[in-house]
Amino acid sequence: MKRFETPTFERETGNYHTSRPISRVARSYQKIEDSPSLVVGTKTCGYFLQNAPGATVPAEPRYAMAEPEEGDTPAKPNDYGESKRPCPRVIGNRDPSATARTGTRTTEVIKMDLEGMAPKPESEIGVPIVVARANGPDHAFAQGEDTASAATAHRCAERDLVDKRDQPLQSPPSQGAEPSEPVTVPSANRETNPPPVPLGSLPPTVAPQSNPEPKRQSVRVWGWLPAQSYTALPPLGAGVYVCGANPFPSRTATTPMRRRKRRLIGAPSPTGPDGTRAWIEKICPASGVRTQGSKERERQVREGSKDYLDSVRGKPVFFAGDNPLEVSLARSPIRRGTVVYEIGIPYMDKRHQAAEPAPSRDTCKDVRIPVPRIVEKPDNYDQIQRMRESRPDLAITGMANANPSEARGIDTKRSVESTFAQIHGFTNARGVLQSVTRSLRRNDPGDSGWAANLVKGDNNPMQ
Amino acid sequence: MKPAHRMHAGPAHIGTPRIASSSKNAHATTHAPLGDDYSNVMRPMLERDRDFTPVTASTVDRHVLARGSQEEVVENTTRKGKEERPDSITPTPTCTSSILQEDLQHFVRGASITSDSDAIPADVNHYRVDESQAADGTSEQAIRHHPNKARRQGTLGRSPVNVPSANTIGTPTLGSHNQHDCRELKRSLRGIGIGINQIVPEGALIGNPHNPPKARFNPVPHREVGLMAAVYSDEEFGTPCISTTPAGIVETAEWIRQTQERVGKRSPASLEEKVDHELYIDQQTRSVSQAARSPRSIDRQNSVGKRAVVFGDATHATAMTKVPSREMGIRVCRAGTYCKHDAEWSNEQARGFCDEIPVTDDHTEVGDTIGRVEPPAISGTQMERHVGKRLDIPRGVTPSPVHIQNFPSGYRPFPGYEGTNQIADSVYNPHTLGTEDHLPDIFGGHDIEGVTESLPTEQDSLIRNPESQLKPSQIPRSVRGKTKVKTEESARRNGITNITIEVIYAAREILGTR
Ligand code: SF4
Repeated sequence: MKRFETPTFERETGNYHTSRPISRVARSYQKIEDSPSLVVGTKTCGYFLQNAPGATVPAEPRYAMAEPEEGDTPAKPNDYGESKRPCPRVIGNRDPSATARTGTRTTEVIKMDLEGMAPKPESEIGVPIVVARANGPDHAFAQGEDTASAATAHRCAERDLVDKRDQPLQSPPSQGAEPSEPVTVPSANRETNPPPVPLGSLPPTVAPQSNPEPKRQSVRVWGWLPAQSYTALPPLGAGVYVCGANPFPSRTATTPMRRRKRRLIGAPSPTGPDGTRAWIEKICPASGVRTQGSKERERQVREGSKDYLDSVRGKPVFFAGDNPLEVSLARSPIRRGTVVYEIGIPYMDKRHQAAEPAPSRDTCKDVRIPVPRIVEKPDNYDQIQRMRESRPDLAITGMANANPSEARGIDTKRSVESTFAQIHGFTNARGVLQSVTRSLRRNDPGDSGWAANLVKGDNNPMQ
Repeated sequence: MKPAHRMHAGPAHIGTPRIASSSKNAHATTHAPLGDDYSNVMRPMLERDRDFTPVTASTVDRHVLARGSQEEVVENTTRKGKEERPDSITPTPTCTSSILQEDLQHFVRGASITSDSDAIPADVNHYRVDESQAADGTSEQAIRHHPNKARRQGTLGRSPVNVPSANTIGTPTLGSHNQHDCRELKRSLRGIGIGINQIVPEGALIGNPHNPPKARFNPVPHREVGLMAAVYSDEEFGTPCISTTPAGIVETAEWIRQTQERVGKRSPASLEEKVDHELYIDQQTRSVSQAARSPRSIDRQNSVGKRAVVFGDATHATAMTKVPSREMGIRVCRAGTYCKHDAEWSNEQARGFCDEIPVTDDHTEVGDTIGRVEPPAISGTQMERHVGKRLDIPRGVTPSPVHIQNFPSGYRPFPGYEGTNQIADSVYNPHTLGTEDHLPDIFGGHDIEGVTESLPTEQDSLIRNPESQLKPSQIPRSVRGKTKVKTEESARRNGITNITIEVIYAAREILGTR
């Protein structure tokens, strides 16, 4: 076993721009089709949600706000009655299997006991209420999803797989996609180890897409957390393996892991060909299956993305950092010879992401480029100064800084896209590259770029 | 507690940064948890701004909750003062600081000792005012601050300059078409020989504090933001205010007559050169504005008597009620506003021009009203646009809240004579489309499906796995056809007869159909 140097982390003021965790909640409940979410928070939360999930709002969103008014704030004793009221309205004409309550800053400050308040209306309405706190002060962006799915994880049915070995052979409870023809590997192998449960809400089009990967290895996926619908949550119990499909579900992974005796497979997230291969190679042995052909698969995919690959080689890139995907996203470009100056990241769960930085360090050595600095809780102001000095070809940054950076001659890529786009698995590897290189290609001389081509003469705004 | 998921006006701490970010060399800090600084996402995105939005959050985290935020606020104000060297810093409370009940004013006083910049804490309360009220309040604070400071130093100049000029007050960033409105206002004033003294908030926080009182009058084009500042300047410096919105031909003429009167009122000395703008009004109405002629043109005849529902902020809803009904013969059956605090004014203005005046900030109520009335056209905000989309009613968007489409690159003012053209377009366009939409319906509808989704079915030996039939439904509609074609192409090429999901994904992978 090779030993890697531990990467060095820097930590700044945490004055960076990011989305609020509730946005992710809106999204993760978008995924769970039958559970509308009630966000208990102020106008600020509401205005944010309405602007952030933008286009989703008009299409009858599956969330609503319960907005505390002035009378509600000084820790009103009547919280229970008040918060019960919006309930029927959220449920309204829908027929949900569960509703989610999302705590915000306000509920935190006024110490509204959302968890304590849930059981009563729950029994009155007869619909489970899942409580997640996803407030600005404690979490950043995608962490909201983590809290939400951690809360959901508690609702999964208990079933010990250790005792009933034949369970896994039944069709997995969520997406019923059965392998058309199991490839090799005798079924005896499967029985020794139960199938893993990947964690992380992926877009519905992606979840089954990553399925074929383990399926190729004839590893069956027991179910996804969160699942497509509340009723399809995978039963969990002692002996189940969980495995992050995103780098951020640390809470989901750890809390129930302790409480529900599940085991965690530490693997990098399956983004890019190398990440996906590493993911599969971690999952297979855990399920007692020999990995097959993943190297070949990786090579194929890489081969197929050659055109984009060339466009990023040697280009300096800067990740400003606002969702915890940065480290895993940076890994693939580094493999392609991209020089990454800096990787900002809101937080690093060193234990959960142990598998992440290692490949980047490893790959840096492979392709002989300097190891990027990883900056936790970055300071946007300082980052902008550093960006001005280092003048990267591409900055992956939030929307607040994107247009101004463009105006200063630095190409940007909006970081949110990576949290909404399909980036997982071999299938999407090419897509990731395509989207990352889009702004670089836009300025390519062959492309009709605007900075140099539209106006003759020198119009570089930096000079 | 009040359930909602869409709102017409944002929270107070969006309003204050809007003023600060409109001004030269001003900065706002919001006292908020991580992620609440999204006003600086909205501005670069919606307005496609080239500069970093001068808004920073002084982050409230768990530690701040425990020990109070004084340190944080002082430190941040000082830091921003050093880094950006703004003339003024406006620390802004959010809902969190309102609940924490901390004395922001006091912290800021502490900060202004260590900082070179003026620190003006925004006097807004999240639970009492909304976005535009906060913006209104902050612009008043801004216009109050500098002259007061100058007065204390004895440097305040009061006499109006000889050439008549005006301060336009209240076209901050992130307002619908505000930049265009501001420019059109300047043009209109120039057309009648009046210069611009100062644009507030654009220049209000900087430079010459004796400037504002030098103007002869203060036009406020949108009553949501700027009225307070104008009233203040009237009381304090005796600068009269014109609160009429010059929208539509009638109101624009009225507005010009008012300026004429105000110029005279302020400086009797210059009355010798008698100002009379009637000729100008006449010319503009006949030749610059097309809006006077177009309702009289034959193709507009079928719009006469058509009903419409109007909704928006007080200014726009009122204008969009008066103009179509008075100038175009359209029957506005409901004219509502979400500016509850200004309901009385809107009622009074719209009375006589429409059948009913709902005042509500509940979007479902507006939606229900529209559903009941079933007008052939809607004029409203983005939210009413969505209602229109759902009910299949043509719609036009003028007032905020608006999306990026309402920050057009082209010149689209709302006030003035150019504005009359824009209003006419926005009123008529949905109508024309409406007819166009209905006619094909009578004759069997548009043939969209048949055109875009026809796929070759002949000589089809492919078996489509039932599971794969399910998958295309998960592919976005816009690329579904393409994906299907490509999948089948690649299947044929590779001699695959059984299309499973894997084949679909493999095809997408190779062809990069996203
Ligand atoms: S997270 Fe908190 S401070 Fe931010 S808007 Fe919500 S309640 Fe207010």
